[in-house]
Amino acid sequence: MGIKWNEFFITGDPLILGSQIAIVLTMVGIVAGVTYLKKWKWLWSEWITTVDHKRIGIMYIISGVLMFFRGGMDGLLMKAQTSRPEMEFLDAQHYNEIFTTHGVIMILFMAMPMLIGIMNVVVPLQIGARDVAFPQLNALSFWLFFGGAMLFNISFVIGGSPDAGWTSYFPLAGKEFSPGIGNNYYAVALQIAGIGTLLSGINFVVTILKMRTKGMTLMKMPMFTWTSFIASVIIIAAFPIFTVALALMTFDRLYGAHFFTLSGGGLDMLWANLFWLWGHPEVYILVLPAFGIYSEIISTFSRKTLFGYKSMVLSILIIAFLSMVVWVHHFYTMGSGPAVNSIFSITTMAIAVPTGIKIFNWLFTMRKGRIKMTNAMLWSLAFVPCFIIGGVTGVMLGMGAADYQYHNTLFLVAHFHYTIIPGVVFAVFAALYYWWPKMFGFTLNEKIGRWHFWLFVIGFNATFMPMFFLGLDGAVRRSYTYSVESGFAPLFLVSAIGSVILALGFFAFCYNIYWSIRHADRNITGDPWNARTLEWATASPVQPYNFAKLPEVDGLDPFWKMKKNNEGLTIKDSDIEEIHMPSNSGLPFFMGVVFGVAGFFLVFEWHIAAAIAAIGIIAGLIYRSFDYDEGYHIPVDEIKETESKWRNVEGEVHNYVK
Amino acid sequence: MEKHTNRFPISHVLGFIFSLILTFGAAFIALKTNLSFKVIMWIIGTLAVLQAGIQLFMFMHLREGEDGKTNVINIIYGVFMTVVIVVGSIWVMSAGHATH
Repeated sequence: MGIKWNEFFITGDPLILGSQIAIVLTMVGIVAGVTYLKKWKWLWSEWITTVDHKRIGIMYIISGVLMFFRGGMDGLLMKAQTSRPEMEFLDAQHYNEIFTTHGVIMILFMAMPMLIGIMNVVVPLQIGARDVAFPQLNALSFWLFFGGAMLFNISFVIGGSPDAGWTSYFPLAGKEFSPGIGNNYYAVALQIAGIGTLLSGINFVVTILKMRTKGMTLMKMPMFTWTSFIASVIIIAAFPIFTVALALMTFDRLYGAHFFTLSGGGLDMLWANLFWLWGHPEVYILVLPAFGIYSEIISTFSRKTLFGYKSMVLSILIIAFLSMVVWVHHFYTMGSGPAVNSIFSITTMAIAVPTGIKIFNWLFTMRKGRIKMTNAMLWSLAFVPCFIIGGVTGVMLGMGAADYQYHNTLFLVAHFHYTIIPGVVFAVFAALYYWWPKMFGFTLNEKIGRWHFWLFVIGFNATFMPMFFLGLDGAVRRSYTYSVESGFAPLFLVSAIGSVILALGFFAFCYNIYWSIRHADRNITGDPWNARTLEWATASPVQPYNFAKLPEVDGLDPFWKMKKNNEGLTIKDSDIEEIHMPSNSGLPFFMGVVFGVAGFFLVFEWHIAAAIAAIGIIAGLIYRSFDYDEGYHIPVDEIKETESKWRNVEGEVHNYVK
Repeated sequence: MEKHTNRFPISHVLGFIFSLILTFGAAFIALKTNLSFKVIMWIIGTLAVLQAGIQLFMFMHLREGEDGKTNVINIIYGVFMTVVIVVGSIWVMSAGHATH
C-alpha cells in the first residue's frame, strides 16, 4: 500500500509536537482516571449504549463544548498570528490549516451538535412524548457524528489538516493543487458526520409529526419545537446535496474523476454552486432553533405569552423557503451575469423582512412584561442588538453590485461572526443556563454567569467590530500576514486583545460548570424558572420515562395553564401504568467506530484496508435487521417510587403562580 | 372508498380521455410534423409532465386517504427542490461570462 511513515505523523513543528504530547497525556489520563474510579461499566451501560434522548442530548452538548474549545484555540492562534504585522508565529501553510479547521469545526462540530443536543433534550419533553420516534437511530446519529468529528480532529497530528478553507473550493481543493491527504479528511469525515445529521433530521420530523401528546395540534406547539421542526425539514432538503457534492469530491480526489477539474471537462465552479446550495440552508438550520430558544426564554422571563405566535410561525416558514433560493450571494463575483446576481440580491434582501418580524415580536413580548434579568435572559437581550448589526451588514453584502467591494475582505468575516455568534453561540449559552436544571438537577451559578456574560459579549464585540473597518480599508480574509505600511496594525491589535477577553469569558463558563457541579444547591423543584411549557411539568433531572402520565394540552403555554388552574399537577396511583421502554444497544457505538476506521483508511487511500473495515458496516446493518429486541417495561411500583420522590419536594410547582 | 362505488367514475373517464389525447398528441407531433428536433423535445417533454400530473391526481389517488394532504405537500416539496437544484444550477452555471 506504500505507506510513507515519515508523512504519517506530522513532525517538525513545536506547536504540533506540544499538541501530540498533550493528546497522549490526556488520553492516558482519561483511561487511568476511569479505571481508578472503576467507572468503565457505568460508562458503557449508562452512556455509551444509551438510547435515552436526554443522555444523547447531553453527549452532543459535551462534544460541542469540547469542539468549541478546539475551534476556539484555532481562533486564538489566528488572532495571535495577526496581532502584529509580519509576525512569524505561524507559517502560511499552518495558518491555512488553522482557518480551515476553525471554520469546519465551529460550524459542523460545535454549532450543529450543540443545537441538535438541545433539540434532543428539549423537543420530546416539550411535545409531551416519552422519547424520539426512533431511539436507536438517534444513538446512531450521535455516534456517526462523533466518529466523523474525531476523524476530522486527528487530522492535525496524523497526515495533515485540510487547508483549502472551510468551503474547500475547487480547483484549489483538487488533487492537482492540494496533493496531500489533508483534503481527503474533509471529504470523508464530513460525509460520515453528515449521515448522522441527516438521520437526526428524519428522526425529528417524524417525532414532531407523530409523537405529540393529546391535544397538541401543530399551531399549539411551543416555538422551539416549531423551529426545530422546520430546521429538520431543511436538513432533509439540504444535506443530501452536500452528500452528493462530497461524494463527487471523493471521486475526484481518490479515483481521478473530473467532476470539478477543468482538465477533464469538469466544472470547478459547480463545487461552489453545490456547496452553497447546501451551505446557505445550513446557516438557517443553525439559526432557526436558536430563534426558538430565544422565543421560549424571552416569553418565560417576561411572564407573557409569546407575542404574535402565528406571525412567528409564518416568518420561519418564509425564512425556510427563502433559505433555499439565495445561495448565489456567496459567489456574486464568480460572474454569473446581471440577471442571476439581481434575482439573488432580491431574494437575499427579502430574508430581512421575516427576520425583522421576529425581532419586533420579541420586543413586543417584552413590552409591559415583568422582566426578570437571569443569565438566560441577558444572553437573549444581548442577542438583539448584536444580531441586528450582523443582519444589516448582511443586507449590505447582499447587494450584488456592492458585494464586489466587500467580497473576500474581513468585512465579510466580521458580518458572519456577528450573525453566527449572537445567532447561535449566545443562544446555546442562553439555552444551557435555561435548561441546565432540566438536564442535571441544579442551576448554574448566576454570579459567575455574569462574568461569563460580560467578558464574552465585550470580548466578542472587541474582536469582530474592528474587522468591519479593517475590511472596508481593504484587509483580505485568510491572509496570514500584512505589512507595516498597510496601517492595519492598531485595529488588528484591538481585535487580538478582544479575542483574549472572549476566551476568558469561555473559561468563566467552564469554571461555572465546575463550580456548580461541586457547590450548587441540589434541592430545586421541577420548575425553577416558573416557566410555561411542558418540559417543566416533570422532574429535574428528568426521569427516564419523562412523564408518568402523558399530559393533555388545549392551548399555548400548557404548563402555565396547569399551574394557574391547579390541574394535572398531581398524579393518582390509579393513573400509573407500566411504561414500555426501548433497550440500550451497543450497535450504534460499534457503527460509529467502524465508520471512523473505514473512513480513516479511505483518507489515506488504503483501499483494501478500507474495504475490509467496510465489511464491519455491512455486518452491523445485517445484525440490526435481525434484532428482534422488543424493549422492556418499567413496573408500576418503580414509577410510583420515582414520582413520589420529586412530587413531594418542598416548594412544589403549583406554589409559584400568584 | 364506499362513496365511489355507486357514482359514475367521471374523473377516471376524463383522466383516461386526457391521457389518450396527450399520448396521441405526442406521437403525432413526433412522427407527423416537420418541426426541429429541439422544438419537438420541448413539446413532448411538456406533454409528459402534464401526463404525469394527470396520472398522479386522477388514477393514483394522491389526495385520498388519511395521508392525502401529506402526499400533495410532499410532491410539491419534491418538485420545488428539484426545480431549485437542477434548474437553478443549470441557470447559474450557464448564465453570464463564467462559462464563456
